[in-house]
Amino acid sequence: MSEEFEPIIVAFCCNWCSYAGADGAGVARLQMPTNFRIIRTMCSARVDPEFILRALSKGADGVIVLGCHPADCHYIGGNYRARRRIALLRLVLEQYGFDPKRLRLEWVSASEGEKFQTTLTTFVDTIKALGPTPLVKEGQ
Amino acid sequence: MTKSALVIGGGIAGIQASLDLADRDIHVFLVERLPTIGGTMCRLDKTFPTNDCSACILSPKMADCIGHPNIDTLTFHEVVKVEGSAGDFKVTLKKKARYVDPKSCTACGDCLAKCPSKGIPDEFEYGLSTRRAIYIPHAQAVPRVAIIDAANCRMIQNGKCGVCLKVCGKKAISYEDKDSEVVVEVGSIIAAPGFQPWNASVATEYGYGRFKNVVTALEFERMMCASGPERGHIKVPANGEDPKKIAFIQCCGSRSEKQGWKKYCSSVCCMYATKQAMITKEHADVQEDIFFMDIRSYGKEFEAYINRAQKEYGINMYRAARVSNVDEDPVTKKLAVSYTDSEGNGTSQEYDIVVLSIGLNPPDGAEEMSEILGIELNQYGFCKTTVYKPLDTTRTGVFVTGAFAAPKDIPTSVAEASGSAAKAGAYIVDENFQPCAPKQYPQEKDVEGKEPRIGVWVCHCGINIGSVVDVPAVTEYAKGLPNVVLSEQSQYACAQDCLEAISNAIREHDLNRVVVASCTPRTHEPLFREACKNGGLNKYLFNMANIRDQCSWIHMHAAEAATKKAKDLLRMSIAKAELLEPLVGSEIPVTKEAAVVGGGITGMNAALDIAAQGFQVHLIEKEKELGGFARNFHHKEDGKEVSEFIKETIAKVEKCPKIKIYKGAGIKDIPGFVGNFRVQLTDGKEIQVGAVLFAVGAAQYKPVEYDYGKAGNVVTLLDLEKQVAEDKFTGKNVAFVQCIGSRNDSVKYCSRVCCAGALRNAIQLKMKDPTTNVAIIHKDIRTYGFREELYNKASSLGVKFLRYDSDAKLPVFDGKSVRAYDVILGTDVELPIDTLVLSAGMTPLRAEKEELAKMVKVPISKDGYFFEAHQKLRPVDFATEGVYVAGAAHWPKFMDECIAQASGAAARMLTIISKDKLVSEGIVAVSNTELCDGCGVCEGCCDYNAINIIVGDDGRLKSDVNPGLCKGCGCCVASCPAGAMEQRGFRNKQIIAEIDALLNDYQKV
Repeated sequence: MSEEFEPIIVAFCCNWCSYAGADGAGVARLQMPTNFRIIRTMCSARVDPEFILRALSKGADGVIVLGCHPADCHYIGGNYRARRRIALLRLVLEQYGFDPKRLRLEWVSASEGEKFQTTLTTFVDTIKALGPTPLVKEGQ
Repeated sequence: MTKSALVIGGGIAGIQASLDLADRDIHVFLVERLPTIGGTMCRLDKTFPTNDCSACILSPKMADCIGHPNIDTLTFHEVVKVEGSAGDFKVTLKKKARYVDPKSCTACGDCLAKCPSKGIPDEFEYGLSTRRAIYIPHAQAVPRVAIIDAANCRMIQNGKCGVCLKVCGKKAISYEDKDSEVVVEVGSIIAAPGFQPWNASVATEYGYGRFKNVVTALEFERMMCASGPERGHIKVPANGEDPKKIAFIQCCGSRSEKQGWKKYCSSVCCMYATKQAMITKEHADVQEDIFFMDIRSYGKEFEAYINRAQKEYGINMYRAARVSNVDEDPVTKKLAVSYTDSEGNGTSQEYDIVVLSIGLNPPDGAEEMSEILGIELNQYGFCKTTVYKPLDTTRTGVFVTGAFAAPKDIPTSVAEASGSAAKAGAYIVDENFQPCAPKQYPQEKDVEGKEPRIGVWVCHCGINIGSVVDVPAVTEYAKGLPNVVLSEQSQYACAQDCLEAISNAIREHDLNRVVVASCTPRTHEPLFREACKNGGLNKYLFNMANIRDQCSWIHMHAAEAATKKAKDLLRMSIAKAELLEPLVGSEIPVTKEAAVVGGGITGMNAALDIAAQGFQVHLIEKEKELGGFARNFHHKEDGKEVSEFIKETIAKVEKCPKIKIYKGAGIKDIPGFVGNFRVQLTDGKEIQVGAVLFAVGAAQYKPVEYDYGKAGNVVTLLDLEKQVAEDKFTGKNVAFVQCIGSRNDSVKYCSRVCCAGALRNAIQLKMKDPTTNVAIIHKDIRTYGFREELYNKASSLGVKFLRYDSDAKLPVFDGKSVRAYDVILGTDVELPIDTLVLSAGMTPLRAEKEELAKMVKVPISKDGYFFEAHQKLRPVDFATEGVYVAGAAHWPKFMDECIAQASGAAARMLTIISKDKLVSEGIVAVSNTELCDGCGVCEGCCDYNAINIIVGDDGRLKSDVNPGLCKGCGCCVASCPAGAMEQRGFRNKQIIAEIDALLNDYQKV
């Protein structure tokens, strides 16, 4: 393949902070790569590790979960739970020989359009550097 | 006929007052003279002391307000005449010409881009950027519609142009628009016009307007703000470079006798300057110096904030005399700030930017408004109020809230705004009161067991989506997706015509799912859900794909990839929609009575406000008599003894047929939830109520300093007041020591009330006998707002002011004299003393609060006071719905503040107990009892205590979700190891459907 590798990334955003931050990036017309698709949940704690595994097994090259900053969770402490779950899942992924860099957790507040932009841009770069997911063979 | 209420001013105070009235089913006219609501708050970047993003916390309130069926938000209107009297006002409003029909305008922005009349200073940005003659006031504007500035419009002025009309796809523009009059009939009026920032050019010595790098705090706020003209990159105005040193000059326009300055303290500047310094520091490593006279961090967690700014952020605080002047280097444009250092020497430092912490003036047009409303102003030009009736103006039926009564911060304004709603409501709710009827919708169609029939609308949003994403291709693509029976494109999906088309198509095409691909559900989902309801479809059968904010706007130069992304997003949205189910929030019955715990000033006033609207109140007091802590007061406020006021209030409460008093009553437990609490008393009584208020107050700190209690000549403020009142005080040489039990290592906060208390007593001693020597030894004098008067008066009467820094350096008292540092002489002085008065702070009665807190699962702050749901915008609410806090139980405060906050809590409680039933949000968690094995993981992870493990009918343990308490975060769902827990609207299979829809057919480029 001569063309540059264009990964596909699933981004889970919580309704109150990071989804709003993504909208904020739009309002400010901050430009970024097109490689991600956002799935909205009410809280980052709603993101079941199963969703992440599902996305990875179906060929997503990376998954990013975005929540409210620590102590800012709309639901008191959901983001802390998300943090624990993602940390554990990264360990599990690593033990199965899967590069945990393909799963990231970040905090983006409703006002941080710019942080949304840089976070996603950097993550796309990271995934590009890692190359296509090993879970789906070429041509499949 | 039931009257409406009128709220004047669409800032945060006006919005909150309107929402509380509307949620109590009273119709409201909210009048704002500007084209949008939001006031000053929507121009702020962050808010202290939480550093919350201002727009983020305000936007939902603005959306609630504009979308509320009981509120008519009349922007760009002004009150011109008020006739009649309380209960029956006739108010004439001027509807100002907007030249754009707000109903047709979709805020696409096409006109803004083409208007040839450019370079007009943008008022919203305080002139830091420019706009055109037709403009949308700002990015978060509510209502988000364009307006023409007639004075700068070429068409309106010269009849030559008309470009905006030509490019407007909706033909929303009318150059012939004229001002018109509207008459409304209202029962009561709330004035919330806010404040006007002090005009900094009066301070010629600071060079504002002459030196480019001298900016006001509000301009600096816009410079800091991510949505501001510089997108949050703070630059030196003169050369666009990154600043290295910034100075903040406090009390600019405040606390001075100078011509054009104000004598009062503006109450908020110490905190906002500190906030600005902290946020700036988070952006970049800048040296920041704050020049101040006294740091006034008297509010909840303010003291900790100031300490953090210094210790963690390294912000320098210069306790100095006022900055005398600012000079500019004509070449480098750097600014020299001249001031007197702590040793009394004149000195100077150079800065890149100087921020003037400007004070708060009465709102523009306050005098005219006072004439129209028939209300009096005080000597400073603010609305006149009294300590005992802080929300009443001088005219019956007209109330005041927010900064119009005195400079104040946002939480105080919000609590008072709710309070004014309670007061105003009482003039509308009488025996003939008809609550606003809920809107009627057509019967919802039954979709149970039916194949999905999905209708899709893809929006061009003018050119916002259409110029990047190939909308016709996306629309065509959707037609080929399973279960899609209709796919249409729309110029503006949110416009009235498309909304009606959606409602009609639901009937005509028998749609049972609707998907719109347009902007963000955060702002527009309610609108489309409403269209579904109008078409007879359950609102939860709607789904949205965000192809504007999260696609066309961020991929403007990648049309092809953006179109592919839009198709993916739409496919995902449709896949989820197929699996959506109709949801009904569960109905929770409400006991229409209230419990008020605490029979002090706060509790009694809250009880009276609730009873005034016809609801039964249970007032529970642990002591044998009512009156609370204020029974210790022996002074007058506004010429009336506090004891007299308490006596009158107790008489009112005892006479009120709607208030049942329980004296000497302890509380054992408060099981239940919003609308359904059972207050169990220690004597075995049980009271059923819909809402509970904690007004349990605080107490005076009992000093251990200076051998208090043993040494006869050491007394507290309250002791002194009592002795003076009983004419037993004979002291001739009196010194007050401030901050006893406050602002030290064990009690870190400021008790707020002691400075004014000491000054009041010092003045009294001096007035009684001018030969009495009185000294006040303090850390800072914190007479915020109009209380500054006390400081000025005491100074003019010859009260001496001495300082000490910390408890390690407590003034030394040997029984006969006290040693302390004289700021003016710059040396320690020794004063002969016969009475040492300890200004003892407030102590929170933490143990008592913790007991109550456990019963309803509400938090206690680290200082031992109750911790509200949100420090800024929900000051009297708890995160636990149906439970409220007011008065000193929330934080130390003055009597007028307690009374206003009591009314605020009453209004919030009325929004609950005036309802027959509450409807919970539909997206709650639900447990599948077949799969649940009662492990309890979900129970442990629910922060709202909405889940209980109970024994089922079959004797097995299972999880039980209380939909009344569930907030729908879905945390428990992800935690359930059995897959038994589900979240309606966000079921596992629905989210997985989105993932699969994206990846099953994903074609990598």
